[in-house]
Amino acid sequence: MDLAAISTSGLIMKFNGFTAVDGVDLQIGRGELFGLLGPNGAGKSTIIKMLTTMIRPTSGGAQVWGHDIYLERDAVRSSIGVVFQDPSVDSQLSGKENLDFHGRMYGMNKNMRQRRIAEVLDLVDLTDKADILMEDYSGGMQRRLEIARGLMHHPHVLFLDEPTLGLDAQTRRHIWDYILKMNREEGVTVILTTHYMEEADYLCERVAIIDQGSIVALDTPENLKDLIGADIITLNVDDDCVDELGEVISEFIWVSSVDTVENAVIISVDHGESRIPDIVLRACRAGMKIKSVSMHEPTLEDVFLRFTGKKIREFESEGAGKMAAVQSRMRTRRH
Amino acid sequence: MTRINLYAIYSLWLREMVRFFRLKSRVVGSLAPPFFFLAFLGLGFKSAVTPGIPEGLDYIDFLAPGIIGMTLLFSSTFAGLSVLWDREFGFLREIMVAPVSRLSIVIGRTAGGVTTAMMQGLIILVPGIIMGLNINGISGFLLSLLFMVLIGTTFNSIGLAFASKMKDMSGFSLVMNFMVFPIFLLSGALFPVENLPDWLRPLSYLDPLTYGVDGLRGSLVGISYFPLAFDLLILTLTCFIALVIGAYLFEKSDID
Repeated sequence: MDLAAISTSGLIMKFNGFTAVDGVDLQIGRGELFGLLGPNGAGKSTIIKMLTTMIRPTSGGAQVWGHDIYLERDAVRSSIGVVFQDPSVDSQLSGKENLDFHGRMYGMNKNMRQRRIAEVLDLVDLTDKADILMEDYSGGMQRRLEIARGLMHHPHVLFLDEPTLGLDAQTRRHIWDYILKMNREEGVTVILTTHYMEEADYLCERVAIIDQGSIVALDTPENLKDLIGADIITLNVDDDCVDELGEVISEFIWVSSVDTVENAVIISVDHGESRIPDIVLRACRAGMKIKSVSMHEPTLEDVFLRFTGKKIREFESEGAGKMAAVQSRMRTRRH
Repeated sequence: MTRINLYAIYSLWLREMVRFFRLKSRVVGSLAPPFFFLAFLGLGFKSAVTPGIPEGLDYIDFLAPGIIGMTLLFSSTFAGLSVLWDREFGFLREIMVAPVSRLSIVIGRTAGGVTTAMMQGLIILVPGIIMGLNINGISGFLLSLLFMVLIGTTFNSIGLAFASKMKDMSGFSLVMNFMVFPIFLLSGALFPVENLPDWLRPLSYLDPLTYGVDGLRGSLVGISYFPLAFDLLILTLTCFIALVIGAYLFEKSDID
């Protein structure tokens, strides 16, 4: 029988009256690489914390690998590996010692530990760094070691909470490859959270888009993007005529949808390149001034926008400016 | 799953050992204050007549067990409070999501903290002997080890209890300055408790370290204020209560 790796029903988490997770129902299959995509503060990490027994839900139920998260906490803990959002290594120990400690905590004997340490270090290419203290590891190396550690005790399900947060574009690519490799080679079910669209798109077989504690869409990245249409045309205009222009454009029968945000009109159409002249012409006739026009294939960002009326990047605070910069660098690289 | 997981306890203990031998500068730093207390007070009061010290007992014989008690107090409280560091640097989460009972985690941490505290106490014994401390035979020495375990466990648990209640590291210096220092100064480590004024003495009798220092003095140099069995009884009781409270508060504390 095909049991689910994770199943939740009506999972709710409230902190002092604030609802962080608001009735989440999830079914994640065994062996799946599943993504929770949403802005910071959407409730992704809170879902992970509940599923990894770090916090108890306010209400609702969940099973991890068939074990109830309330009643069988130790069985849940034995079935999972967790890579936390923030660093969680002992910086005074070497990479190998951190893994050794982990193995003992999970009841692995010396032979098992030695064999497994060699395997997981090899998987993340850290074999030659095994005896270096964690405090001398770079951020990317530390992340890789944490991923190796999460896999060390052969968990059925591996949780990765923002696995590439704050890493540079190149390191991020490498981490992605490791995640794909271990999902394929070790057959481990992977559940990751991210607020990077590219990450969810590149890695995940299915993605749940989360906003304000609820799942607003759940499907494969391809199906989600198909909802949007073939091409996205963005018109940058003055604030005051956004709505008017949106209405004018939506009169075209070949336009599948029109969204307006701040000072832009976002249009999804098939064969976008041949529609641009018509759109621009119509706007000019209506007496509206277009500042710029751009076109791209749909991304999960557009899907998020469609379902929530917001851009994920609007949530980025000033403090996350560096991350946004990395993100936009990546964007330029890909297109 | 069993409540007590020996392998995990060993793992936690081993981690403390590795860290202890790796962080030599920290060990040297933590041994410096007791060493200076011992050296300067020992030399400075060598020929002074300190009232309350029994006839025929050198001040160094009186002082050295007190300083060993001080070393254990500081290092084991510090070890208990070090949960704060693990929380700050995220390692606590790694420990807490492992399929290991909270009780095993407390036992493993305590075993590690007490072992490192005892090693430091024994290191301080060496300059004491060099300065003229006369140890009262091997059985006395072995008995003093028992007192060291009890002192270490008591204050490790108290440190753990405080750390479980604190959100961040800002409370650390409060605990050190307003709890640990008074406990040290009231314990009779430097001068006999009976020299304190009447109104202050009851506080000394509430201080668990008073019985620890008295017990160390009784077992190491053979002279104590209370009967050794009484010291042992009081300290064992306090140790047990502290351990239960520490384990309970740790169990209830937030992981995140």
